[in-house]
Amino acid sequence: MSRESATRIALIYPELLGTYGDGGNAIVLAQRLRWRGLRAEIVEVPAGEVVPADCDIYLLGGGEDEPQVLAADGMRRNRSLTRAVSGGAAVLAVCAGYQVIGASFPAGNGRVHEGVHLVDMETRRSFDPPDVPPPPRAVGDIVVEPDQRLGLPTLYGYENHGGRTRPLPGSRGIPLGTVRLGVGDGTPARTDGIVDGKVIGTYLHGPVLAQNPALADLLLTWVHGRLAPLDAPVEADMLRRARARALAGG
Amino acid sequence: MMTPLPRRRFSARTQAALAVERLAAEASRRLGRGSGEMIGGKLALRIAPDALAEVGSNRLTACVSATNGKTTTTRLLARALGTLGPVKSNSGGANMAPGVLAALSKPPYDAAAALEVDEIWLPKVARAIEPRVVLLLNISRDQLDRSNETRRIAALWRELGADLRDTVVVANVDDPLVAWSAMTWSRQIWVSAGQNWTADAMVCPQCARLLHRNATGWWCECGLARPEPIVSVAGLGELMWFGRRIPAHIDLPGRVNLANAAMAAAAAREFGVDVEDALAAMRGIGDVQGRYQEVPLGPDGKLARLLLAKNPAGWVEMMELLNSAPPRPVLIDFNSQTADGRDPSWIWDVPFERLAGRQVLVTGGRKEDMSVRLAYAEVPHTVHADAEDAATAANDKALDVVANYTAFRDLLVRTTR
Repeated sequence: MSRESATRIALIYPELLGTYGDGGNAIVLAQRLRWRGLRAEIVEVPAGEVVPADCDIYLLGGGEDEPQVLAADGMRRNRSLTRAVSGGAAVLAVCAGYQVIGASFPAGNGRVHEGVHLVDMETRRSFDPPDVPPPPRAVGDIVVEPDQRLGLPTLYGYENHGGRTRPLPGSRGIPLGTVRLGVGDGTPARTDGIVDGKVIGTYLHGPVLAQNPALADLLLTWVHGRLAPLDAPVEADMLRRARARALAGG
Repeated sequence: MMTPLPRRRFSARTQAALAVERLAAEASRRLGRGSGEMIGGKLALRIAPDALAEVGSNRLTACVSATNGKTTTTRLLARALGTLGPVKSNSGGANMAPGVLAALSKPPYDAAAALEVDEIWLPKVARAIEPRVVLLLNISRDQLDRSNETRRIAALWRELGADLRDTVVVANVDDPLVAWSAMTWSRQIWVSAGQNWTADAMVCPQCARLLHRNATGWWCECGLARPEPIVSVAGLGELMWFGRRIPAHIDLPGRVNLANAAMAAAAAREFGVDVEDALAAMRGIGDVQGRYQEVPLGPDGKLARLLLAKNPAGWVEMMELLNSAPPRPVLIDFNSQTADGRDPSWIWDVPFERLAGRQVLVTGGRKEDMSVRLAYAEVPHTVHADAEDAATAANDKALDVVANYTAFRDLLVRTTR
């Protein structure tokens, strides 16, 4: 399947969800289309504006507590993101964005805030009994072995979050993968993330697609059909080899 | 020989602490382990936790804090205050309590002081020494792995201002986080120092609504708004200064350094320094801790101008500086050691597209990450094992080297040894 019109990549509320270079994911997706001779358009959706329902891929990044609450409220108010997903759009939500697309997440004031309900996940500071001190913030390199069904190579990234995330009972979807290094969801199953239909959530934050071009191409294939192979940029292979070397001891 | 400590002024505990500080600092220097400020100050504070208050209070001091520009602005301020008499300063960049103590613990004990203070340490240091003036320049994302949320820093400064009843704050009105943090202080001198990087100031620090902006200001529906500045940078080489337009030239390059000079001059005015005298004293500073310095680099002695950029806001300023001169090759030396922040994600916030058209060379511990970033920005570049090798490949006799914290430090040691 090929398209005449440009693939539209929405960057949702970059002022609120863009703490860790998350805009990089939009650049990576757009360039990987353009380098294949296809058209791509990055649509920045400023906070306070209605999320357009006609984009192909929606990106949500990381953010601090208060912006995260604002972002969740904004997306719940207009249901266009939910409609777009029902219509076949893909979503990549990282870090705070991953928490926001779930059912609920911790707000800064100790309360629990309602999420966007794109995936059946819930996030808390901790799932332990109240008398157990909450776990420390998860900060550092993270390596995830993706679920075999996704056909992806090892995922490299960085995480920085204080949340623990688990599926709701009877939830749809599969974990993105198993954590080899780092914390990820922080549950006994040692998983990270969720893949439900064309929605991906993960704690690999910021420009995760820069280090993992195969994940970028998976998203593009979901909305575009089969794509020509792309060896570019050669720098990405160098980076993956460098990360594999650097993290081998971990 | 050491000048004896004035016994009447300090407690026995503080005197002992200061003696230890000097011995430890001297030993550390002799062993070649840096300037010795950190180790000496740390030991002294362990012996006498009140030493900072005893040594630093009741004298003419100013603290400078910010994410970017602390070291340069402190240096400019020290020069301006130097027109009045001796000035102490932590010019080595040790900007937590031990470094500040080390700067203050050398006689004469009534000397004025221009002190660079880390953002998180400012409340502790300022509560101890009760400075006459505090300069607040900017707050932006830095060292992402430390999760020092920008609003949390602003809130700490705001609380501090409410406690320090006799301190004047010189604050940048163009940074909403800084302006909000300065509003609780007993007296403000509002300076328009500009803000090149707005991504960390989109949300109102007071009520978390989205801020409105136009060409001259910012405001929020809750009533928070940009204060009217009494000093502003009017253009390259000009300041609006308490109602009059004055020429202002310093030797450090770029609009950002003129803004730093304006902040420093506004602070110096509080100590009785005329702006003309302050600016004259600032001229002649051509480099700060090696920044902006030109050094020979590599086997064929290329001339390298050393520039520091350690976060997105700093890089955006650096782009402006690079693009204000004819294009030269630029070498990016990029690390992610602990002092840099281990997380290199922030390079995706930097508009590297603006480097297109010049030769770009890359090195450093995270050179592969930088290389991928540049590839997606479609900036042709080459990757090199080290800065010396990269300099050799530069197709000009002179080049600009933009390094982040540890890369810059290591480069400075190698090139100025």
